Amino acid sequence: MNVTLPSAVSSGGIGARVRRKEDLRFLSGRGQYTDDLVRPNQLHSWILRSPHAHARINSIDTAAAMAMPGVVAIYTARDIEAAGLGGVPCGWQVTGKGGKVMAEPAHPVLASGKVRHVGDPVAFIVAETRAQARDAAEAVEVGYTSLPALPDLRAATAPGAPSLHDEAPDNICFDWEIGDKAATDAAFARAHKVVRFETTNNRLVPNAMEPRAAIGDYDPNSGEHTLFTTSQNPHVIRLLMGAFVLKVPEHKLRVVAPDVGGGFGSKIYHYAEEALVTWAAAQLKRPVRWTCERSESFLSDAHGRDHVTTAELALDSDGRFLGLRVETLANMGAYLSTFAPAVPTYLSATLLAGVYTTPAIHGQVKAVFTSTVPVDAYRGAGRPETTYLLERLVDVAAREMGMDRLEIRRRNFIQPDQFPYQTPVALQYDSGDYEATLRQALEAADYAGFEARRAEAKGRGMLRGIGVSTYLEACGIAPSKLVGQLGARAGLYEVANIRVHPTGSVTVFTGTHSHGQGHETSFAQLVAEQLGVPIDMVEIVHGDTGKIPFGMGTYGSRSLAVGGSAMVRAMDKIIAKGKKIAAHLMEASVEDIEFADGRFRVAGTDRSKAFAEISMAAYVPHDYPIEELEPGLEETAFYDPKNFTYPGGCHICEVEIDPETGGVEVVKFTACDDVGRVINPMIVEGQIQGGVAQGIGQALIENTVYDGEGQLLTASFNDYAMPRAATVPDFTVLTSTTLCTHNPLGVKGCGEVGAIGSPPAVMNAVVDALRDYGVRHVEMPATPLKIWSIIHGGGDALPQAAE
Amino acid sequence: MYDFQYHKPATIADAVKLLAADPEARPVSGGMTLLPALKHRLNKPTSLIDLSGIAELRGVRREGDAIVIGGMTTHYEVATHPQILAAIPALARMAATIGDTQVRNRGTIGGSLANNDPAADYPAAALALRATIITDRRRIPADEFFLGMFTTALEADELVTGISFPIPEKAGYAKLRNPASRYSMTGVFVAKGPHGVGVGVNGAGPCAFRQAEMEAALSANWSVDAVANVKQSPDDLNSDIHGSAAYRANLVTVMAKRAVADAG
Ligand SMILES: Cc1cc2nc3c(=O)[nH]c(=O)nc-3n(C[C@H](O)[C@H](O)[C@H](O)COP(=O)(O)OP(=O)(O)OC[C@H]3O[C@@H](n4cnc5c(N)ncnc54)[C@H](O)[C@@H]3O)c2cc1C
Repeated sequence: MNVTLPSAVSSGGIGARVRRKEDLRFLSGRGQYTDDLVRPNQLHSWILRSPHAHARINSIDTAAAMAMPGVVAIYTARDIEAAGLGGVPCGWQVTGKGGKVMAEPAHPVLASGKVRHVGDPVAFIVAETRAQARDAAEAVEVGYTSLPALPDLRAATAPGAPSLHDEAPDNICFDWEIGDKAATDAAFARAHKVVRFETTNNRLVPNAMEPRAAIGDYDPNSGEHTLFTTSQNPHVIRLLMGAFVLKVPEHKLRVVAPDVGGGFGSKIYHYAEEALVTWAAAQLKRPVRWTCERSESFLSDAHGRDHVTTAELALDSDGRFLGLRVETLANMGAYLSTFAPAVPTYLSATLLAGVYTTPAIHGQVKAVFTSTVPVDAYRGAGRPETTYLLERLVDVAAREMGMDRLEIRRRNFIQPDQFPYQTPVALQYDSGDYEATLRQALEAADYAGFEARRAEAKGRGMLRGIGVSTYLEACGIAPSKLVGQLGARAGLYEVANIRVHPTGSVTVFTGTHSHGQGHETSFAQLVAEQLGVPIDMVEIVHGDTGKIPFGMGTYGSRSLAVGGSAMVRAMDKIIAKGKKIAAHLMEASVEDIEFADGRFRVAGTDRSKAFAEISMAAYVPHDYPIEELEPGLEETAFYDPKNFTYPGGCHICEVEIDPETGGVEVVKFTACDDVGRVINPMIVEGQIQGGVAQGIGQALIENTVYDGEGQLLTASFNDYAMPRAATVPDFTVLTSTTLCTHNPLGVKGCGEVGAIGSPPAVMNAVVDALRDYGVRHVEMPATPLKIWSIIHGGGDALPQAAE
Repeated sequence: MYDFQYHKPATIADAVKLLAADPEARPVSGGMTLLPALKHRLNKPTSLIDLSGIAELRGVRREGDAIVIGGMTTHYEVATHPQILAAIPALARMAATIGDTQVRNRGTIGGSLANNDPAADYPAAALALRATIITDRRRIPADEFFLGMFTTALEADELVTGISFPIPEKAGYAKLRNPASRYSMTGVFVAKGPHGVGVGVNGAGPCAFRQAEMEAALSANWSVDAVANVKQSPDDLNSDIHGSAAYRANLVTVMAKRAVADAG
């Protein structure tokens, strides 16, 4: 089903390109980020981090440091243990083969007995100034005995590898499977051809523009703790930190996440620094603040991706997919971060059907501890890994079958009349039209004219290639009951509290959090549309557990699909109550009241009341059905989604390679995405552009490299390549809509599609550009060095993947 | 950063006096290299001698057949100065590719020369153009100035006050940027000037160097083809996660070709 939506909306409601309300303060430097907040009498802190990847801590001597100017306190694991604090909890328990529950080693707030990655926090130093705290940190003497590093998946899974944690002697966190092995084996037994493919999904450092920061505050009068933090989900932090680490009940713990400058997943998790500042503030009865340095963030913020995967695809002689086998090693890093176990499993392997009708799939994932920074969800979280695997695999299969790359896709697409479509890997897709997004993207990209452009580029000595990716993803997470069965330790509903004020202005308290997504605008549009009030009469409030009833925050492209749906439900309640008030005022029966365009009307008459008249009556209930109806106009809804949402689409990338330097330039990028109903097209385009920029970054330049000793070689922007304006082309971003069938807005989510759909499109284009060189596969990132080495067959050329 | 004393002298003589008096003192020009090092606590000078108050270090002027650029001249000024644009446009174009806007508005030619980062741009131009580095006490030919990685002929208390570039007949520059730092992975500056042909290479080795074979080839025949067949040996070139020595050696030839094309 393709839906045509109103193209121009003048009111600022759904579909309008409303300029982002929040941008004025951001662009004029008036945003209020955590580090901008100044608390009276505040103290500063510095974290002494491990210089070793893996070492035993023999001793920590803080005496000299304590004597340094301005030092107020120095805490180590001993103090944390004496205070009875818990470790940093993991929010998801994966159960592996044979019902074996994952190994879940302790994750102490400060390293206890051992350090397990470079950057592991060892001591927390609090002083009058930040410089004093840092000076003192240099005077803390830690005696280490270094142990063998486990810097990557290979080292950690090698026979006889030393153990990082006693709880996981073989360094395996879990060994998990999904799908029907027997059916998949049977499919392979009757295959015309089996295509085998191995790949590594490169490890990334998220690098949000704003580094993490946290400020703890304590009110000895009320006993209330307050944490200001750079978080995507303050209520989740309150739950994890309050219940598991500090053991402080909710009513004595407020978590505020003010303006946050980007997260991309890295600010979902509860980090030790949050607990340290909150706890230390109560110990010292003074506010304690911590702000991460940029270089420190490379060693302290959860990384993303880092999967090594082998896949086999069974095809019949027509190129139809019969079966898929996938084995993945997933790097967890040194400790389990909040959502880490879910990423390679329920957020990744469940997507192995992609947009195709592959009837039999078997996926296996081994999660591995290594002496590296913890790895967790990063924009797309598991879905980019699977999408990259599938969309590269499909290109490789087309080549080995001698088929056209588009034809093999079309032959295997799930067709529009097959929805709802049950995949063999748990998910049930509700809607989509993959041919529609493919067709529109092909047209917009002038796919037909590509060979002429390739020939023209050749005349300039350049190798031009084109790549296509047709993908879907599962987001809008998630149905609580389902994720509970899968091991989530939380529900994944969302909450909205809508307060209509007497004069008809509206404050919306949402449990989601905006850190770049533009919620203050698109949510206001949604409310303006449904309540028929002007958009500037709507205020969106987020990020404060002291104001908002509850919420699970923003990640997994869930804010609109789940949080927006909660708003719709709360507004339904507002309107239902408004109808009762209107019926009373207009002496009509409730059933006869209609609400549209901000007016309550008696059906079939010209009698009506404006929204503001009803809200005023609710707060000044002189003429009011006071016996039956409470005064006031404020409603709360908790919305639990019925299913994931399934955005998808087609990305087409064109690159030019300079064979002399190996440099790859993206010269054209076209995306046609189906994100469900679009509330603000400008914001959707911006989200997709940003995601594509990150996808191009992963494909071409971003890479996290540890050496054999577990030292991070790419520990600053000097060596870790981030995409810049020059890395990305002008995009063509289109949307083509089928509506989500199970949420009240028909929305699917657009936050991650850019980063999910784009890397394979880029890499398919790179391989296509090299088609004359007999190249079967190029691993990400396609750096100049790598491409040059492939072209010139030099010492650095990659081995061809085994046939 | 650690605590340090701060001085802002008004003359070269006073600056040198301060430096001579304290071996742990360091001059600071644009601070674009030094300040990040201080912030990372990689450096612990007792005092910083800020050169930005010294009028003698500023300005660009023509002296006979040379352009003399004061040490405190920023990359932005080099990129946009009418006399440099007229006399050595390739040098102005080079300056316009250094770092980013902020760096170009603070970073200076004197600081860059004194620092001698192997991946910095200017040293290749200084070598190719047979420039002379002017200090508070002497004039040092570029060939004798750049000694090794982050090492120059400067004495501990010696200041770069300027640099004199003989005006070439033609010159050109090309580089490939490191994808992460955006510094030069390998850059080649070619010039045909009053003292002959010069080919300066940055980024490839531990220190900028002259490519003698290419100079000979271009002296015989100033053309892209002349350098296309000269292979740089990878021996002693830099090798890191971004570029192997063999890759950089290849880039020397490729960038030389492009630099000749740029020079016209
Ligand atoms: C993000 C970024 C990107 C960059 N990209 C590039 C690039 O692409 N290409 C490039 O060439 N450079 C690049 N740089 C370096 C930049 O050009 C610096 O400005 C330059 O290397 C040093 O100049 P400065 O004036 O900032 O020196 P400072 O940082 O002030 O000093 C550098 C060193 O030289 C000493 N010093 C300074 N002035 C003198 C003097 N007059 N006499 C003797 N010693 C002196 C100082 O004590 C210090 O040791 C980049 C820098 C940054 C931060």
